[in-house]
Order: sequence, then structure tokens, then C-alpha cells
Amino acid sequence: MPRTEPRGAEEREARLGWAMVSPAVGTILLIALFPLGWTVWESLHLHDLRMPWLGRPFIGLDNYIEALGDQRFREALVHTLVFTLASVTLELTLGCVLALAMNRAFRGRGLVRAAILVPWAIPTVVAALIWRFMFDGDSGIVNAALSSLGVDPPVWFVDRLAAWVPVILGDVWKETPFVALLLLAGLQGIDASLYEAARIDGASAWRQFRYITLPLLKPALLVALIFRTRDAFRVFDLVYVMTGGGPGTATEPIALYTFTSLLQNLRFGYGSALSVLVFLVAFLLAVGYIRVVGADLTGERR
Amino acid sequence: MSRGARWAALAVGLLVLATAFPFYWTVVASLTPEARLFQAPSLLPTGLVLDHYRALFVERAFWVPIRNSLVVAGCTTIFSVLVGSLCAYALARLRFRGKVPLLGLVLAVSMFPQISVVSPLFLLLRSLRLIDTYPGLILPYLTFALPLTVWLLVGFFRQLPAELEEAAMVDGAGRLRAFREVIVPVAVPGLAATAILTFVYSWNEFLFALSFTLGPERQTVPVAIALFRGQYQVPWGQVLAAAIVATAPVAALVLAFQRRIVQGLTAGAVKG
Amino acid sequence: MATIRFEGVRKTYPNGHVAARGLDLAVSDGEFVVLVGPSGCGKSTALRMLAGLETPTAGRILIGDRDVTTVPPQERDVAMVFQSYALYPHMTVRANMGFGLRMRGAAPDRIATRVAEVARALGLEQVLDRKPGQLSGGQRQRVALGRAIAREPQVFLFDEPLSNLDTKLRVETRAELARLHRRLRATIVYVTHDQEEAMTLGDRVVVMHDGAIEQAAPPMEVYRRPATLFVAGFVGSPEMNFLPQSDGTLLGVRPQDVAVVAPGAGEYQGIVDVVEPRGSEQLLYVRTGEVDAGRELRVIAPPDLTVAPEQPVGLRLDPASLHRFDPGTGRRLA
Repeated sequence: MPRTEPRGAEEREARLGWAMVSPAVGTILLIALFPLGWTVWESLHLHDLRMPWLGRPFIGLDNYIEALGDQRFREALVHTLVFTLASVTLELTLGCVLALAMNRAFRGRGLVRAAILVPWAIPTVVAALIWRFMFDGDSGIVNAALSSLGVDPPVWFVDRLAAWVPVILGDVWKETPFVALLLLAGLQGIDASLYEAARIDGASAWRQFRYITLPLLKPALLVALIFRTRDAFRVFDLVYVMTGGGPGTATEPIALYTFTSLLQNLRFGYGSALSVLVFLVAFLLAVGYIRVVGADLTGERR
Repeated sequence: MSRGARWAALAVGLLVLATAFPFYWTVVASLTPEARLFQAPSLLPTGLVLDHYRALFVERAFWVPIRNSLVVAGCTTIFSVLVGSLCAYALARLRFRGKVPLLGLVLAVSMFPQISVVSPLFLLLRSLRLIDTYPGLILPYLTFALPLTVWLLVGFFRQLPAELEEAAMVDGAGRLRAFREVIVPVAVPGLAATAILTFVYSWNEFLFALSFTLGPERQTVPVAIALFRGQYQVPWGQVLAAAIVATAPVAALVLAFQRRIVQGLTAGAVKG
Repeated sequence: MATIRFEGVRKTYPNGHVAARGLDLAVSDGEFVVLVGPSGCGKSTALRMLAGLETPTAGRILIGDRDVTTVPPQERDVAMVFQSYALYPHMTVRANMGFGLRMRGAAPDRIATRVAEVARALGLEQVLDRKPGQLSGGQRQRVALGRAIAREPQVFLFDEPLSNLDTKLRVETRAELARLHRRLRATIVYVTHDQEEAMTLGDRVVVMHDGAIEQAAPPMEVYRRPATLFVAGFVGSPEMNFLPQSDGTLLGVRPQDVAVVAPGAGEYQGIVDVVEPRGSEQLLYVRTGEVDAGRELRVIAPPDLTVAPEQPVGLRLDPASLHRFDPGTGRRLA
């Protein structure tokens, strides 16, 4: 018999639990938490790799102060917010429409689901290139189509505002399927007999949607909202490849500005502060959503 | 067909068209000779050639990034599914204190913007001389692959009936043995879905690959494509051919396993 | 085979819920004991503690002479049949039944012989190479049984194994279980919420309520001399009638022990409310204004008695079949 018999199944289970969890948790701690902590620590220092003679002095919140006063940073923030708002709104709406349409059982639904998943599955880089090509000034199909309709197309990637169009469209094209499938799963969880009861009670399709579908879809909508907002806020690949942040810095989101500061301008201290800010905003947004819509959910459950 | 069904079919049809058209266009362009690429485009062209695809593999040795992507995505997937499934099982089934904070940790890590960890990872990898190597990519990839697999598999394991392990334990198997003999075989669909999703995310990853590789020998497919530079202008023919080649494997995976993928994605997400 | 002892077993969950309040029970070798009670009474918890799937917060559990309170399930040598059968879906019937023996390191040919033996006894030879998903409910049940039997354990545990079967199958399987017990002479602990099942199957019936044992006795004793109010009301269908007496006690009388007589005769007077013909008998609900305003007595009457709603009747109680209880403690008084 072993020297110290553990007190019962619970202790054995706890030890096994920790043993099974530790490889994953250990790895995560090492390559995720530790670097994040390092980034936060670094953000409190002056650390410019182009000027190593300056050393790495502790400067407290100076980087953050600089960021708040940095015109380019503020603009990048605005760009990110605008992009997030536009793309998430479009994705949720289109996704909802698509989910509702696909909810009606029809032949080939599996095929449709697979087909619309493909944009989501390909590298963002590829999506960016595809859309960049379509909006190309000379050989782009978009301009050809617009011209043939008698519309004079803007020079997409040179016009500061027009450049957003392919960016947002590309993101919507790529990410809507995920939202649609998420919402579809949510829709399929709604009991069909609720609609039957409503129909008997004389409710129109719109009312059914407003009073049955929407409320019961809230959890799925919330999840879609959180995921998409978080990802839209961190957008990098799409913009880097499609416009490079251009023209100039007209389409530069925060993640790209941070990247530039870090790995091109080699301002590690400052870049770290920027990335902490990105993290904080993404985090706060998520928490905010859970608060608002989550409270709504529990309120309604009465 | 009822009116409702008609607009639904129309909506779906339109959206499928909108989804497919860019691909169609890309394929057409990738098969169009270079000279004609810069003329006015037409929807149904003729005179298609394979020049760009040939150039891709002969002149640019595109099989190198493909190999790199396969190795990195493959290893990341294998490691994270192995380690992640153990972790997920413990979180889903075993009772021990600290479980809830751990789950929260996993979720929180998945929320990190990659940009926030790029610089310290860069310095860490550099000090370990892992820049521009396979481990130098696999390790950072685990930052998103592990939370992803754990998150998906926890949801999946929770759905399995608890009585299965209990029966196995009463029958004489210890927890780990029960896990290996009973849970894992039954969990194969979920494990497969998780593996596919992890592979797809790893294959598509860009920022880390861009930051942690230096040259064509270790660059992955997304980076290689993004950095295509022609002499004077972007060689669209080859770029788009590369895009199709990069797309084909993941598209095939998705088309083959769409049901599993969707189940995995939505089960973890909607049930929370 | 083996004996079982629960000594002062308590189980409190971290959220405060008390599932077992000091259980004391002794099961003899080869005895068929049924734990019965409404849901939440703690019978399943008691069974799971016996299996090792839960650990008591206090007290001891002994199997044979061995204190198994902290021993993990795989080292206990008990076999369990689950409510959902819990068959391994990816293994054939053969592999399912051989699993336990394989876990204990038995030789492959020994496993093969034993599985074949058990399959023959249960009529499963034809399906040995099928997977559970391809079997009917009744077949799956038998596989679950076979899996338990193949191991020749010290103790068999059954967790509501019949509740997923339809009535006809349930009755058939009940008989089979009884036969099995006789043949194997096994020590069996069986959990059910169905009091009829408990009464027909058990050598002894253990009625549980709210984490405690109300009575543990042979079925006839539980029926004829229920130890507490709860047992009296739980066992027997239709439910016993309880009539408050002038001395503060409760008089219990089963519907079968109340006779319908002419109005004016008998101890109670009432008006018939509902008549339920049941083939071999009639179930009457009789309103008696006397003891409690609107109180209804359930009465079992012979099938040929002519009686209709709104008919006034007299009720006579069989003096040999009366029970008296203290309403405060719930204990039997006489």
C-alpha cells in the first residue's frame, strides 16, 4: 500500500486534473502571458533599437502620453473604429439575412454552407489580393462594370475615402459566412412550435421576427458581435496586403501602426504601449458587450 | 413555392453568387496571358494558358512556401490537439479548484491581439536563435492554436455522456485509461473538427510568419504571396495563380468536412 | 460474493446540498436489496458512493470486510448497470462485454470463453459482432447486463435499469432479473423510483427520503407495517388514506381495507365523487364532510358493486389493517 493514501477520489481527481492541464497551461504561460507581461513592462520604458546608446530607461507612462498626443495614432484609432463599425454592421445584417434564408430547409443546403465557407477558410492575404485585383484601376472588373453602367469610378487606392470600400467589402466577403453560420445555429435552436403558436395567434412575419426570432437569437448575436468586433479591431493582414495602410496613412488601422512602430521603426517601447492600448480596447469592448446584452438577457428571462 | 421561400432562395442565390464570383474571376485571371491582363477584362475570356502556374513552380519555386506551410501548420495542429485535448478533458470532466479561472485564462489569451505579443516573442525567439526556423513559427502559433483547441474541445467533451467514463472506471479502467480507450475514440469527430480548424487557422496566419521569418527558405504561403514583387509592377498573373494554389487545399478541406467544421465552431461558440 | 455495510455515511456537496444524512445499512451475502424513493431522496448518491464514483464526506463503506470508502472504482470489484446502459459505442458487443476482463488483465482466450458463455445465457450470440448503435433497446439492456455479469464481481449495482424500457419489456425484464439473482446468488443493490418494482424484486426494500433511510425491511413488512408516515404513503397503490383523529394522531388505512356499506352504517359517511372502473376492481373517491372540509377518501371496491357519483355511502374500516402515526415525528405508533 502506498505510504500516504490520498483522501478519497476528490484529491486524486484534482491531482490528475492539474497534471493533464499543465502542459497546455504551461505553454500558454510561457508564450502568451509572459510576453504580454513583458510588453506591458516594456511599454513603460524608452527603448528605441535605432538608438541603442540611449539604453532602456524607465519612463513610466510617457509612451502612453505620447500616444494620446500622436496625431497618427489618433487617426489610426478613428480608422479602426470606423472600419469596425462599418464591417461589423454589414456582417451582422447580411449574416442574419443569410441565416434566415438558409434556415428554410432546402436541397443542397449542405453544399451552400460549404460554398459560402470557402472565403472564410482562405488566408486573409489571398482574400486581400483577390479584392485588390478586382478593384484594380486598369484590369479590375469593378471599374469595367461601373464604366459600362455609365458611372465614373474613383481611383480606388489613391482616393483617401474610396480606399475604404474594397477594404470593407473584402472583410465583409470573408467574414460574413462565419456570422451567418453562427446565427443559423442559433436559429435552429429556436423551437418551431413557437412560430406555429404565433401564426395561430395572427402574428405577421415581421412580428414573428421581432418578438420571437430576435429575442431568442440574442445569445448567438452577442457571440457573433463579440467575435467580429474583437477581430475587426485587430485587423492587420487585410489592410497590410491590400493598401499597405495607404494612400499614405489613410487606411492605417491601429494594428498596422503598431507593427510599423515596432518592426519597422524599431521603437519597441512606444510600439509596446500602442499594443497594450489595442489590447485594452479590444478587451473592454468584449466586457462591455457582455455587460450590456448579458444584463438584457437576464432581465428578459423574467 | 411560397413567397417566403422564393425570396429566401433568391437571397441565397445572390449571396452564393457574390461569394463565388471573386473566385471565378481570380481563376480566370490566373489563366489569362500576361499581356492581356492589362487590357479591358471580359467575363468569359478565351485563350487560357497555364503560363503563370508554370512560372510559379519553375521560376519561383513555390513548392518551398507550400512545404513550409504544411510543416508548420501540421506540427502546430498535432501538438495543440494532443496537449489541448488533455487539458480540455480535465477542464470538462474533472473536478478541481481553479478550473473556472483557468477557463477564463484560456479565453482571455485568445483575445490577445497578436500585435501585442509580436515584439517580446521576436526578442525571445532571437535569443533562442529560432528566428527563421520551423520551431520559431510553431511556438508562436501555439498562442492561438492552444486556446482554440482547448476552447473547442471543452465544449465538445462536455457533450459526451458522463456515464461512459463512469462505466469504464467501474469496469476497471483508471481515469487516464478510460480517457484513452473510451473517450478518445468516441470523441474522434470533435477531434477531427478541431484539428481541421486549427490547421486552417495555422495555414492562414500572416503576422507571425511575416515577423519571424527572414527569407524564402522558411516563409509560409501567405507571406510568400504577399511579398511577390515583380520587376516593375505586381505580377498579377502569378500572384493570382499563387492565390488559387494557396486556396485549393483549405477549400478542399472545408468542402469535404463542412458539417464537422460548422458543428465544431458553433457548438463551442453558441453554447458558450 | 460479499456483504456490504454502510456505517454513518454522510454526503454533503460543496453547494450545501445534503444527499446523505448518516446512512446505516447492512446487506448480507447474496441479498437483493432495493433502494427506493422519490427523486432527490439520495438513493442514486448512495449507489454511486458504493461504486466509488462519489466519496462520502463522513462515515465508512465496507464491501466484504474491506473498507473501500476511499478506494477508486476500478479497484472495487463491483459491476454497475447504468440507466442509459452506457455501452461503449465504438466497440462491438463482444468487446463491450470483455472490457472489464481485459482491464483486469485476463488472458484473451479466457475472455473469449467467458463472453461466449454470457452471450449464450442472455441470448446475444447473434449480435456479438454488432455495435450498440445497431441494437434494439432490449438488446442493449442485455448487453449492459452481460457486461456486468462477465466480470463475476462481488457486487452488482443497478441504477434504474428498467426506466428506459416500455411497460411490457419492463415486466419481462423484471422477471429475468429475478431469475438471474436466483441463479447467480449475487449480492445486488438496485435503485428505482418505482415502488412496485421495488416490492416485486427485492429481498429487502430500503425506502429513502431526503437523504435518510426511512425503513429497511422485507417488502411485506414494509407494506403491512410501514415504520413512518412517508413509507406508508409511498408504498402501495393507490396511496394510503390518512385521517386526523381527535387525539392528534393520524389514522392510516389503505383503500383496499375500506368497505362500502349502506349510508348510516360504518365509521364514516360520505358522497361518492368519482368512480374509476379498473377491470378487477373499482377505485372510488368519496367526499367526507366530517373530518376535514372537502376531504376525499380513496376506496377500492369490488367490480360488481353498483355505485354512482353523488351517491351517499357509508365506509367501514377493517380494524385489523389500521395504522397509527404521530404527525409530528412521522413515526408509527401502533
